[in-house]
Amino acid sequence: MNQIDKNHDALNTYLLRMADNDLVLGQRLCEWCANAPVLEEETALMNTSLDLFGQARNWLNYAVERDAELQDCDAATMLRDERHYLNLLICEQPNGNFADTIARHYLFDVWHRLTLEALCNSADETVAAIAAKSILEVRYHEQRHRNWVLRLGDGTAESHAKIQTAMDDIWTFVGEMFTQDAVDLQLVAAGIAADQAVIESQWRDTVAATLAEATLTLPADGYHQLGGKQGEHTESLGLMLAEMQSLYRAHPGAVW
Amino acid sequence: MRTLVPFGNSMKHIDLFTPIELIGTDRGREIDFHGRTPAVDEVWELLDLVPDPEIPVVSVVDLGIVRDVRHAPEQQPEWQVDITPTYSGCPATDFIASEIERALQRAGIAAKIKTVLAPAWSSTWISAKGRKAMLDSNIVPPVHDLNSLTCPHCGSGDVHMKNQFGSTACKALYTCHACAEPFDYFKTI
Repeated sequence: MNQIDKNHDALNTYLLRMADNDLVLGQRLCEWCANAPVLEEETALMNTSLDLFGQARNWLNYAVERDAELQDCDAATMLRDERHYLNLLICEQPNGNFADTIARHYLFDVWHRLTLEALCNSADETVAAIAAKSILEVRYHEQRHRNWVLRLGDGTAESHAKIQTAMDDIWTFVGEMFTQDAVDLQLVAAGIAADQAVIESQWRDTVAATLAEATLTLPADGYHQLGGKQGEHTESLGLMLAEMQSLYRAHPGAVW
Repeated sequence: MRTLVPFGNSMKHIDLFTPIELIGTDRGREIDFHGRTPAVDEVWELLDLVPDPEIPVVSVVDLGIVRDVRHAPEQQPEWQVDITPTYSGCPATDFIASEIERALQRAGIAAKIKTVLAPAWSSTWISAKGRKAMLDSNIVPPVHDLNSLTCPHCGSGDVHMKNQFGSTACKALYTCHACAEPFDYFKTI
């Protein structure tokens, strides 16, 4: 049992993990605002971010409904410290160059889509409803980022080198997506959560096919970094949250 | 701005410039239920006058945002309107809810606006009237087969997607190679 289990029951831990993936990745995308390579890309990145924030809000609203101590959606986002964020480490990795952003997003998209597909059949009606809502948007994200992996991989020598390096670099964070702790196993047994043991092979097949089509080499599995789901993060999350939460913490309850 | 003007033997205040809200709606006044309880169909009719803030030629009913209208005299408020967001992160969702609430209030109805997520909104819910209104504004309504997409300006099929996301989350940006005009496509989800 980890420290998180003391704060939330299994379902709320799971809900926060789903919400935090969306929140943290969505916030990372926002950092591209006014920095994207072309205007169209900027619009696309911001709209993808908007989808993720909307999905995070749905997960958080359900978590708040089940646990009054979370107060509300804003407070749950802005007042939880780094150690209480439960997102996958892959979501918090810095944007790097455009290829890094695309590699990170595509590998997450495939996991996200497969997980949501499984959650559409969740024994928990609200979880199933949120998943069914989210998946329509996430399929679109996957399609978009897959296209970019193909274009960069099968593009110029420089774009090929950049996306290959990006895949190699981010690979150390993919293993965490398929690890299951006591929270996951309990909810899988109850028919509520997605079974990552099943999803892993589907994910590997999908990603291998895309990388092959993009003329990229599938990175070798080495050491996999774990801990995000239990609140143990890489250095970059704290820095991101410090910026994201500063206004709300200086003006608690601020709305706009 | 109000000013005094001669009116018969006396003076009267009149509005020189009627205050208007640029993106608000007061269309609820066209139908008035003050003093009586309307039929559910009449309330639907009223809601069909509330425009979507981002595509104002289409009503929130046309878009499929309004899912249900219920009347329960034993409850307070007596009316409940169920709405569903198009996209999870649609920034207009809260505004649409308040527009619906306000349109109803102006017509004399107090209603609870409830957001429902299931079943998930689909672009197939857009009404035929809504699809026509979109096309009349040069926004191509959702199609099943993207190869069948044609330019709303010249009808050419020689169109190219410039961006999977357009001016709003629900649209993609296209350009027509025949007439060189850009246009929005309402995405199929």
